[in-house]
Amino acid sequence: MPHPTPIVEKVENQFRRESPLPEFRPGDTIRVWAWIREGEKQRQQAFEGVCIKRTSGGNRASFTVRKVSYGVGVERVFAENSPNVAGVEVVQRGRVRQAKLYYLRKLRGKAARIKERAVDRTRTEGAAGDKRRKRRGRHRKQAAQGTAGAE
Amino acid sequence: MATRMGLLGKKLGMTQVFSEDGERIPVTVIQAGPCHVVGKRTLEKDGYSALVLGFDTRPERTATRPELGMFKRVGLPPQRVVREFRLPPEEVDSFEIGQSIRPTDVFEGNAPVDVSGVSKGRGFAGVMKKHNFGGTRATHGTHEYFRHGGSIGCRLTPGRVFKGKKMSGQMGGDTKTVQNLQLVQVMDDDDCVLVRGSVPGANGSYVTVKKAATRSVYKRVGMGQDESRSKNPLKASKKAAGGR
Repeated sequence: MPHPTPIVEKVENQFRRESPLPEFRPGDTIRVWAWIREGEKQRQQAFEGVCIKRTSGGNRASFTVRKVSYGVGVERVFAENSPNVAGVEVVQRGRVRQAKLYYLRKLRGKAARIKERAVDRTRTEGAAGDKRRKRRGRHRKQAAQGTAGAE
Repeated sequence: MATRMGLLGKKLGMTQVFSEDGERIPVTVIQAGPCHVVGKRTLEKDGYSALVLGFDTRPERTATRPELGMFKRVGLPPQRVVREFRLPPEEVDSFEIGQSIRPTDVFEGNAPVDVSGVSKGRGFAGVMKKHNFGGTRATHGTHEYFRHGGSIGCRLTPGRVFKGKKMSGQMGGDTKTVQNLQLVQVMDDDDCVLVRGSVPGANGSYVTVKKAATRSVYKRVGMGQDESRSKNPLKASKKAAGGR
């Protein structure tokens, strides 16, 4: 049986966020606005830190944000489709080489800094940029020749 | 005798949904219909009363002659699963043979349900997997005795192994029931129900969903807006932060 089955997918699609979050990657510093409840009242609280992990998987996608607060590392996992996540702001783009930045947990202070990633604002984010990143090794050579292994 | 109405279904898989206050709810999606009334058992004829339900069709070539005759009589294609549900006579009478029953006819809202299914077979499993035994240590001279269960008893007294001694053997593949699962949603157009938590069996396996035997109202410990539950202020603030 395929997973998810069409019906399971339909259930998941009922619980997707209406407006998608902005594009961000591990290494980016982001500010997450989360709804919190204090008794009867509801307000938004910001959680700002480095995104160290993103997981995919339909409506089960999540991301982890890490910050160091009063010398203590704090990590919070947000469900991308949770109604408690009001929005995400990208504060700074970071250049990293890993998809999961668990190594940051062992680092403190200056060592835990991430270099800023230059973003080409003339190019629209998304499809074109993603394709370019995927072409590595053999595929990149083929793409340069423009034949893509046809001979 | 348990006499609760239930339906046959197929486990489609698990996912998650969100409650209004943002709580993540793990759910199992069960296709629980349409079920068809294949027959009835009556006190007069059979000595007990029950409803015979069928679910999912199968090709006619797979059915035996007697089965074909039976299904032809009730005007249904051969059903893949046929099971009896013990019900009081008056409830049996409220259904007609050949009628199809959908989850919306049986289940409502937040009611608790029991789900039975055949658990995933693990084959002949050792004691560590089957009974969570600790095994033996990996070093310090252990020789070919890493995943064993150790001694199974004493010596002359009692001179036998006690009944029920946990040993290796077949694990899984038997019918299990999970009681009092919350019905999160009854999907009208797809004949599916969403049940909180996991249910026995692999995706695509057949299950029965019944109204819960021991409860009629779903109640979950540690849930709801009962703020007075936790005396620890740290925990209280955690709770106020919402289901993250």
